[in-house]
Amino acid sequence: MNGLQCQVMLQRPGFTLDVDLQIPGHGITALFGPSGSGKTTVLRVLAGLEPQARGRIAVRDAVWQDSAQGIYRPVHQRALGYVFQEASLFAHLNVESNLKFGFNRTPVSERRHGWDHTLGLLGIEHLLARWPRELSGGERQRVAIARALAASPQLLLMDEPLASLDMARKAEILPYLERLQKELDIPVLYVTHAIDEVARLADHLVLLDAGRVTAQGPTTELLTRLDLPLAHGDTAGAVLTCTVQAHDDADHLTTTTFDGGTLIVPRQAVETGRTLRVRVQARDVSLTLQHQTDTSILNILPGTVTALAANSPGQLMVAVEVGASTLLARVTTRSAAALGLVPGMAVYAQIKGAAILG
Amino acid sequence: MPLLTASDLQAIGLTLQVAALTTCILLLVGTPLAWWLARTQSWMKKPISALVAMPLVLPPTVLGFYLLVLMGPHGPVGQWMQALGLGPLPFTFGGLVVASAFYSLPFMVQPLQNAMEAMGTRPLEVASSLRSSPVDTFFSVVIPLCKPGFVTGAVMCFAHTVGEFGVVLMVGGNIPGVTRVISVQIYDHVEAMEYADAHRLAAVMLGFSFVVLLTLYSYNGRRTQGLTA
Repeated sequence: MNGLQCQVMLQRPGFTLDVDLQIPGHGITALFGPSGSGKTTVLRVLAGLEPQARGRIAVRDAVWQDSAQGIYRPVHQRALGYVFQEASLFAHLNVESNLKFGFNRTPVSERRHGWDHTLGLLGIEHLLARWPRELSGGERQRVAIARALAASPQLLLMDEPLASLDMARKAEILPYLERLQKELDIPVLYVTHAIDEVARLADHLVLLDAGRVTAQGPTTELLTRLDLPLAHGDTAGAVLTCTVQAHDDADHLTTTTFDGGTLIVPRQAVETGRTLRVRVQARDVSLTLQHQTDTSILNILPGTVTALAANSPGQLMVAVEVGASTLLARVTTRSAAALGLVPGMAVYAQIKGAAILG
Repeated sequence: MPLLTASDLQAIGLTLQVAALTTCILLLVGTPLAWWLARTQSWMKKPISALVAMPLVLPPTVLGFYLLVLMGPHGPVGQWMQALGLGPLPFTFGGLVVASAFYSLPFMVQPLQNAMEAMGTRPLEVASSLRSSPVDTFFSVVIPLCKPGFVTGAVMCFAHTVGEFGVVLMVGGNIPGVTRVISVQIYDHVEAMEYADAHRLAAVMLGFSFVVLLTLYSYNGRRTQGLTA
């Protein structure tokens, strides 16, 4: 097991956290849930900042906590990185000294990322001599992330790192987070309540509610499970991992394939063979029984209805299995009745729009 | 005739010694006390805070009286000192320093405690997540971040000790070169109707106090601006 296993319980007046998590060894795992569901508390328990928590925490082969055996590593002996909502840089140190704080305290034998590599990953080489008060909010957060990585963590914890930033600053940081998602070979736990960030960054997803895990698994799977709240409402949709196959410069289109068929999207400045995350929202998918040929819609995929669930008055959410992937389609109850939609039925999913997430 | 008499200079030298020693002792004693007060959730926090602040409101003679009783040959501290084979504290330089430390304690503890509380727990959590042990964090994060508190505490403590009178008179008496500090010397001058001498020494104190406070406020003002910019 090269990931994170955590089975912990923490009792507070009016709140009980009781979670059992299996987090893969790489990629970003989003902790998603309403405020008060215990997302931040999970991170604090993992970090050892909540000494009253009981249970077992193991990261890779190291046991950080096992209350049954009386094992409890204090925070500074857990090889972790913690990025708080506010960057929390040390005001008395410049950027370089902030970065060196954890780096210098990491034994040379445990150093995993080179100094230059870490700086390059977050694009902060030019900020080293600056003071925290001279940085923008986005720069501060990038330095905070680099500072955490410079201490060579075995686990990276990020507590809503974008929540205190405006839209422009978020857009500035997201590409760096995507690089982390692709390049880091440690588990990353990412707390958020923004479904956009989940769709864009998370490989895995843990849903929390009132201190308990309601579901955990691959993001693509959980986003389309009709028994979960994520698959309902206006923002519901599927996330597909697509491989770029060819570009058509005349029509300004890019052809991609995913494990369910072919998807044509607007021309992307990406080499063939690279992967793209594509979000297909339920409101952009309609269903037909026959393969339409006289239509302006480019993407028409054959599939099978697997489930239907009420969404809002007059509307149904339909899960359609397309190859190994699942799409969501939002249809009116009247249309569903007219088509006679039932699980097991063969349909064609017509995709009106797809958002490229990166 | 020189500006200040030999006994004036002796009193100034003694005062500076008492104040410097008291400030050093309080930096050592006050720092852990302030840290505990800033961090603890114990019910003891309020009673201890009240005890630390008592010298602010008590007449110095009351504080001096009780210290005299405690440190006297029949008091518990006096008995203890005798058992250790040490001499009595009252009317000695050592006794004066001990009394000053009690008298100036709040001037050290309160600015430190305020600075530590204002810092919050976040820098501590960040440091611990960056592999820094609690002791390491105290020296590499807490002390630098609370530097204005340390400067204010040390300066106020020093200046306040320089200006003490009531406690000195009760515990130290008026022994030239041993316990006769500036404030007592001024009192003596006035008693002896040496108004010109009293004036000169009093003016020195006035100037000293003003310069100290002006320097402190300038330092803190510059620091605050720097941090919020």
